Amino acid sequence: MLMKEKSRIMDKDGLVRTLTRMAHEILEKNKGTEGLVIVGVRTRGAVLAERLAVLMEEIDQYKPPVGVLDITLYRDDLSSIAQQPVVHKTEIDFDIQDKKVILVDDVLYTGRTIRAALDEIVDFGRPLFIQLAVLLDRGHRELPIRADYVGKNIPTSLKETVEVRLKETDGVDEVVVMENME
Amino acid sequence: MSLLKEELERNLNKPEVDKASLRKVAWVRKDLLGLQELSREELELILSTAESFKEVISREIKKVPTLRGKTVVNLFYEPSTRTRTSFEVAAKRLSADVINISTDSSSVRKGETLIDTGKNIEALKVDIIVVRHNYSGAAAMLARNVHASVINAGDGWHEHPTQALLDIFTLKEKLGRIEGLNVSIVGDIAHSRVARSNIWGLTKLGAHVTVCAPPLLIPVSIEEMGVKVTSDVEAALKEADAVNVLRMQFERDTENAFPRQLEYFKNFGITVDRLKHAKKNILVMHPGPINRGIEISSEVADGPNSVILEQVTNGIAVRMAVLFLVAQAHDQLRSKARTRGAKKI
Amino acid sequence: MKILIKNGFVVDPSSGFNDVMDILIENSLISRVEKNIQDAFDTLIDATDKIVMPGLVDMHVHLREPGREDKETVSSGTKAALRGGVTSVLAMPNTTPAIDSVEQVKLLKKIVQKTAHANVFLSSAITKGRMGQEVVDIVALKNEGVVALTDDGDSVDSTEVMREALMKARDANMLIICHSEDRSLVKNGVINLGLISTQLGLRGIPKESEYKRVERDLQLASATGAAIHIAHVSCCESIALIAEAKAKGTRVTAETAPHYFTLCDEDLMGYDTNLKMNPPLRTCKDREALRVALRDGILDAIASDHAPHTENEKEIEFDRAEFGVIGLETELAVSITELIETRLLDWSALVQKMANNPAKILGILKGTLKVGADADIIIVDSKREWTVTKECFASMSNNSSFLGRTLKGKVVCTIYGGKVVFKNT
Repeated sequence: MLMKEKSRIMDKDGLVRTLTRMAHEILEKNKGTEGLVIVGVRTRGAVLAERLAVLMEEIDQYKPPVGVLDITLYRDDLSSIAQQPVVHKTEIDFDIQDKKVILVDDVLYTGRTIRAALDEIVDFGRPLFIQLAVLLDRGHRELPIRADYVGKNIPTSLKETVEVRLKETDGVDEVVVMENME
Repeated sequence: MSLLKEELERNLNKPEVDKASLRKVAWVRKDLLGLQELSREELELILSTAESFKEVISREIKKVPTLRGKTVVNLFYEPSTRTRTSFEVAAKRLSADVINISTDSSSVRKGETLIDTGKNIEALKVDIIVVRHNYSGAAAMLARNVHASVINAGDGWHEHPTQALLDIFTLKEKLGRIEGLNVSIVGDIAHSRVARSNIWGLTKLGAHVTVCAPPLLIPVSIEEMGVKVTSDVEAALKEADAVNVLRMQFERDTENAFPRQLEYFKNFGITVDRLKHAKKNILVMHPGPINRGIEISSEVADGPNSVILEQVTNGIAVRMAVLFLVAQAHDQLRSKARTRGAKKI
Repeated sequence: MKILIKNGFVVDPSSGFNDVMDILIENSLISRVEKNIQDAFDTLIDATDKIVMPGLVDMHVHLREPGREDKETVSSGTKAALRGGVTSVLAMPNTTPAIDSVEQVKLLKKIVQKTAHANVFLSSAITKGRMGQEVVDIVALKNEGVVALTDDGDSVDSTEVMREALMKARDANMLIICHSEDRSLVKNGVINLGLISTQLGLRGIPKESEYKRVERDLQLASATGAAIHIAHVSCCESIALIAEAKAKGTRVTAETAPHYFTLCDEDLMGYDTNLKMNPPLRTCKDREALRVALRDGILDAIASDHAPHTENEKEIEFDRAEFGVIGLETELAVSITELIETRLLDWSALVQKMANNPAKILGILKGTLKVGADADIIIVDSKREWTVTKECFASMSNNSSFLGRTLKGKVVCTIYGGKVVFKNT
C-alpha cells in the first residue's frame, strides 16, 4: 500500500495543549481525582493514559493509578487482521470495583477496539462507570459507541488513515493524516 | 511541566513497549507436532505468549473470549488424566468448546484407522485436534491427513512438545533465563518423549543438557543431539541448575531393560541426601504423575526445591498459548485461501 | 514380421555395442545389429537421440500371486515391469502358499503362461514352507525350471540347514539367494538403529543383524563351494565382507536396490511409511558406500525388491505399517538420475548392472542384444523428466519411496519377444 502524508493536524505543542485540556475536562466532570483510575489501550492509548495521569497530578496533586489493557484476546477479527498481533500482558494491578474508569485510546474509528476493551474491563470487576477519552475521533463508527472526551474531531475518508506518533513510541509527537495513493 | 518532562524521559528509557510489538517472527504453523522443527524464535514466541496467558489465568475471571465458537477435540489413545485435563482447562479458558474422545469410548477399538478417525472428527467441523498416541509419528500422520490443526500431546517415544514447553517456561520464570543453564534429565531416556522434546527445546535455547540413566535406558547416539550422557546421578546433579526427573514406567518394560524398582531408587532416585551435593537452589521438576519412593523421594517432591505443582499451573498458560497460536495461524491460512478463491471468481 | 530400430545409441556390453546403430528384429529374434541397415521392414521405429538397450532383468520381484492378489498379480506386476523397461523378472517364492514344491511350481507356471506380459522366471523356497527346517527337493525343482532358491523375507537361521542346502545346491548347480538377516538382533525394529531412530523414537534395527548373517552365509558358501547371491545389500559392512570374499574366490554375487543408493534414514523425519522396508534405509555414509561399490563392481546387480502392499497396510502408524516398497516402474529412472547423471556409472555399466549381470547370475539367456537372442529391447529417452505420482503406476499398489520426485529418463518403448508391448510418446 502506497501512503502519502496528506496533512499534519497536530504538532508537539498542539498535542500538549490538547492533552492538558482533556485532563482539565476529565477532572472537572468527575470533580477531581477521587476514585478515578486511568486505563489505556496498548500501545499508544497506554502512553496517552500515562501522560494524562501526570497532567492530572500537576492539576490536582494526586496521580490516579494507570493500567494497561491488551485487547488482543478480546478481538473479533482474529482471522482478518493482516499481521498477527503479539499477545501482551494486561497490567491492571489495582482493583477496579466501584471505580470511575477513564478508558484512553489514541484514535476512535469503528468502535470495535473499544467494544473489546469494555468487555475486558468488566472481566476485571464492576466499575462505577466507564468513560471514554480519545485523542482523535475520525468517524466511521460500526458500533454505537461515543467518546466522553475528544481531543479533536477530524472528518476523514475511508481512503485515509490517521497516525498518532508519540515520543515514547515513535520518537516524535505529531498527528498526521495519510492518504492511500492506490 | 517539569514532571511531564521527567515522565517522558523515563518512558523514553524504556522503549520496550513498541519494540516488543514489532513481531520479528510470525507463527505460521497449522500444527504443533514437536520442538525439533521449531526455530529458536518460534520457541521464544510461544514462551512470551504464554507469559501473557499466565497473567490471564491469575485474574478473578480466568476466561477470555478468544476462541469462542471454536471446537477442540482431545483424541487420546493412551490414558492420561493430567495432559488431557490441562488441555481441556486451557481450551475452556479461551472459550472454546471441548470434546474428549478416549480409547475406551470410541470406535478406536473397533479397528478404525487413525486417519479415518481423524477425518470423521473433522467432519464434525472441529478446529483443533489434540492427539495423544502410543505410536511415534502418529500426530504427524494425522496432521498430514486432516485440515484441522493438530497438536501433539505425546506420540510414542517421540515428542511431547507442550510438556517440554511448560518445563522450559517454568525454568525461565524461576531462573530468569535459559541460555547457559545446566539442566539434567534423569530417568528412562530411551522411552521418553518428554526427554526428547526437552532436549530439542533446551539446546535450541542455549542450555547445557545432561541426560542420566542406567546404560540400557540411554538410546544410541543421543550424544549427537548435543547432550552430555552419564549413568552417575551425582555427577548429573553436581553442576545442575535444574533437574527434570522422569517418571519410571516399570509396567512398560517389554524388553527387560529396566532395573528393579528398589535398585533404581537406590542408584538413581532423587533424595535429600543426593541434593546435598547439588547447588543449594537447584530446581526439581517432574512431568507427573510422580512415583514417590521410586524416582523421587517424598521429601524432595514436597520440599523447597520442588516446582512440580507450579509446572501444572504453567501447563495451562503454555497450552493456551499454543492453542491460540495455531488457531490464529489456521484462521489466517483459511482466510487467505478464501481471498484467493474469491479473486478467481 | 520385421521391426527396424533406426539410429538409436545402442548400449550392450555383453555384445560390445556402444554406438549409434540399427537393430533388425525378425520373428521375435534379434537378426542384425549394424550401422545403417538397409532392409525391408514392417515397422520402423526411429530411435534418434534415444538409448537402445536390452530389456532389463530384475532378479528380485514379489508378484504376490498366489495368495495376495489384492496387492499384485502376475498380470499386473508384469505390466508394471514393461512400463519400467523390465522384460524379465525373477518371482520371489514367499507367496501364500510358498513356492516350495514341484506342485506349487506347476500351478504358478500355469498362471504365468495364462497371464504374464513379460518373462517370469521362477524361484523356490530353500526350505519347505520357508520354515527354515527341511530343505526342498532341489533336483526336482530344477527339472521343473526353477532357476534359484531363496527363503527371501526370512533367513535360514539354522547354520546346519543352510549348510545342507548349499551342498545340495552346489551339486545341482543351483543358485541360492540369501536374505541375510539375523532376526534375533532385529527384535521389533522398524528403521536403522542410530541417531535418527533415537530422534524419532522408533525401535532400531542394528546393522549387525544384516552383516553378521552376510558373514555367516559367505563362510558357508566358501566352505561348501556353492554359489550364493546376497540380496538387498544395505550397509557398508556387508560390502566390505563381500569384497573380501570375492577376493578370496568365494562364488558370491550381490545386489542392491535403488532406494538404498538414493535415500537414507535422514529422509524418514516425516515418518513416511513408503520409506519403511527391510533391510531399512541406512545412514548417508552407507548410501555413499553402496554407490562406490556399484561403481567398483563389488555389487553386481541392481534389483528393485518390488514389494507391493495395499494402502490399508501402508497408510497407518509407522510401527504397524508393512515393510517394503514397489520399484519396477521407477528403478531405471532412479538409476539414471542417481548414477548416470552423477557420472558414477556410464551407460554400459548401467546395462551390466540391470540386464547383463542379473541374467548371467541366474543363468538365463536374457538381458542381451546378441544376434540370435530373444528380441527383448527397450528404448529410453534419457533426457525426459517426469514426476512420480500415485496415478502413474500400472502396479496394483502405489507404495513407492519416490512419490513426488522428479526423475530423469523414461522408457518410451518396450519390445518383448519381438513385439512392441509398451509405448510412451
